[in-house]
Amino acid sequence: MAENKQSAEAIVSDVHKKIRAAFEAFDFESNNTVDAREISTIVYSLGCFPFQKDLHDFISQVEENHSGYVHLDKFLPAMTKVLMEHKFPPIPEDLLLQAFEVLDKEKKGYLEPEELTKYMTQEGEPFTQEEMDEMLTALADHEKNHIYYKDLISQLTIDPDM
Amino acid sequence: MGCGFGKSEPQLTKSIRAALLIQRWYRQYVARLEMRRRCTWNIFQSIEYAGEQDQIKVCLCSFRKRFNEICRDTEWERYFCYKSVEVPDSYTGPHLTFPMTFCGVSKLVEAFKHKQQLHARYVLQLLGETWRLLRILTNINHVSTCPMKEITICGDLHGHLEDLLLIFYKNGLPSSEKPYVFNGDFVDRGKNSLEILLILFGFLLVYPNDVHLNRGNHEDHIVNLRYGFTKEVLGKYRVHGKKILKLLQKIFSWLPLATMIDHKVLIVHGGISDTTDLDTIAKVDRHKYVSALRPPNRNMQQCFAHILISLYIFVFTVTDSSTQIVDMLWSDPMPQNGCVPNEVRGGGCYWGPDVTEEVLGRHNLQLLIRSHECKQDGYEFCHNRRVLTIFSASNYYEVGSNRGAYIRMGPDLVPHFIQYQASRTSRELTLRQSVGWTERSALRALREQLFVHKSDLISAFQEFDPNNTGLISLRDWASATENVLKLGLPWRVLRSQLVNNTQYGMVNYQQWIRELSITEPKLEISDTSILETMYKNHSNLETIFRIIDTDHSGLISFEEFRQTWKLLCSHLKMEISDEAITNLAQSIDFNKDGSIDINEFMEAFRLVDLSAHT
Repeated sequence: MAENKQSAEAIVSDVHKKIRAAFEAFDFESNNTVDAREISTIVYSLGCFPFQKDLHDFISQVEENHSGYVHLDKFLPAMTKVLMEHKFPPIPEDLLLQAFEVLDKEKKGYLEPEELTKYMTQEGEPFTQEEMDEMLTALADHEKNHIYYKDLISQLTIDPDM
Repeated sequence: MGCGFGKSEPQLTKSIRAALLIQRWYRQYVARLEMRRRCTWNIFQSIEYAGEQDQIKVCLCSFRKRFNEICRDTEWERYFCYKSVEVPDSYTGPHLTFPMTFCGVSKLVEAFKHKQQLHARYVLQLLGETWRLLRILTNINHVSTCPMKEITICGDLHGHLEDLLLIFYKNGLPSSEKPYVFNGDFVDRGKNSLEILLILFGFLLVYPNDVHLNRGNHEDHIVNLRYGFTKEVLGKYRVHGKKILKLLQKIFSWLPLATMIDHKVLIVHGGISDTTDLDTIAKVDRHKYVSALRPPNRNMQQCFAHILISLYIFVFTVTDSSTQIVDMLWSDPMPQNGCVPNEVRGGGCYWGPDVTEEVLGRHNLQLLIRSHECKQDGYEFCHNRRVLTIFSASNYYEVGSNRGAYIRMGPDLVPHFIQYQASRTSRELTLRQSVGWTERSALRALREQLFVHKSDLISAFQEFDPNNTGLISLRDWASATENVLKLGLPWRVLRSQLVNNTQYGMVNYQQWIRELSITEPKLEISDTSILETMYKNHSNLETIFRIIDTDHSGLISFEEFRQTWKLLCSHLKMEISDEAITNLAQSIDFNKDGSIDINEFMEAFRLVDLSAHT
């Protein structure tokens, strides 16, 4: 019983350290405060895959009175809970592959930029034009401008190598 | 049209669910890249500023024995004369005629665009004319706006010729219709510092009322010894390089310290402090501050007794202004109120929003524009938008690291920004590749830092491993590494890029340290701790070498080498025996002729980079 308690404490302490480290990367003034707009980056970088609406809910939970800032005091417990409860688990590779295959109606094995753009900017939680441009630059093959999603998934879901 | 969104989950079509999934996945991917980019940035900044701090410490200690030179202008003019330098018929570079014309400078710009080199005769001539002009300029340039003329303000260029050319391409060349202010740090780090200077000085000569240059902390021959400008000049001009450098030393000391627009906007390279007083600055003899790192030496009095009294007064009244000048060129803003010494850079101060308000208020100013710090987007406001940082060297740390920017300002004194990023390749890179490239460089630099501290790291790790298992937890690894390196970096976040194998959250630290080591050292030195210390300080060593190698011959005698090493050791508070130094010197003297080639020595300590580049 005592052993379990100890290891649980150690786990929480580890989680705290992880959260602090990610938070600090954006704490430009070293006063335990970050701009609310950086919260989504921090949450994602801790291995979470929330929907945009989840993020909005989370941010409004931790933001200081609509000031646009988030203090570590509020962020730490809220984020710990998210991590301990695995609230926004990662997307398994095979599910991601299926998603791409759904969009690839003609079963070509790749997507044309126009196809992907249509879905990304008009459906679901739409991308902005800027996000879309960035995605195409990142994912489209240099020569043919096709998005070979099978290869991309294995390259990009693991931590990107140097 | 997103028609499925808003209805409850089970009714969402397959496509929409797929789209949602992909969007979620992609946003996470981008955020992880952003986190890596942020960390990479932090790495570069902390290493850069730690390097600057080191630089200042070294210079202050090695110059206790050196005296400032007294400037005897006419003698120097004779020394710098270009007339004896012949231009051979084989020379294919540009020919300049004086007085300089707009045509002449444009020709110079074109020539540099095509990678031509200006002949030493013309370099000396152009620099000579520049020196003459700068001596009649006041410490603070005053500029007035008018409706037809917007002023363009550029920040640090650091030898990045492609950025200057990009600015000229986007904005137009300087002219009386297109005034420019260049806010210092034209040289060092990039490889075309001299070309930038020649172009800027050329335009200054043609349009002295419309081109304004401010001195930066890198317009300083001591700083140039370390950060590459000295090397660049000596490399490009083997015969006349020393003369050119000496003339540039004078020119740098004569560069104005600040520019004022409409008595409302102040432009300085570094910033201000709580003692900044523009009336004092305006009256100072700015050329006496040859190097911000060497304020006028009181020891001068001992040598020149006949001017003893005047010097006493001189030194007494200017010690305050020498600090003010250093502050103007070296300081950085901070978010908290107050004014504290800038320990990271080793010179100048950190000043807070309250100091900004006080100094701007006292001088009836509305905006302070400064440079000195690299910014992601090329510019950044702080202190309630009363301080604006402008930085014009894009890709400063590495390709893709940051954009450059310049300011356009009209009579309303509202700054407008134009951003850019030089280098074709950075635009073609995907987001991932661009981050990857920059990151590789940062990590390489970081691995070098880790390597040089490896003894300290091992000791620190062993403290966490009392049972000598060879393994420590990630948490302890991060904690120990930060205690040793003191760079303030998020080590846990960086862990995955620095440590390859972990077993169940534990790091095999001995193996990790081994993997960081140099392979194929060019020197066989039995005492590896000396090797480590020398490597750790190799950039300091080079600086000191170049200071001692006064005739810039690239060779120093054993005795000079011994003195250098002793100087460094006293700086580091280290003990080293004469015998060890002699052995070292002898093993470095590859051709056994009793003198040491600096380049060979430095080459010996270059870390062999194992990782493959794409």
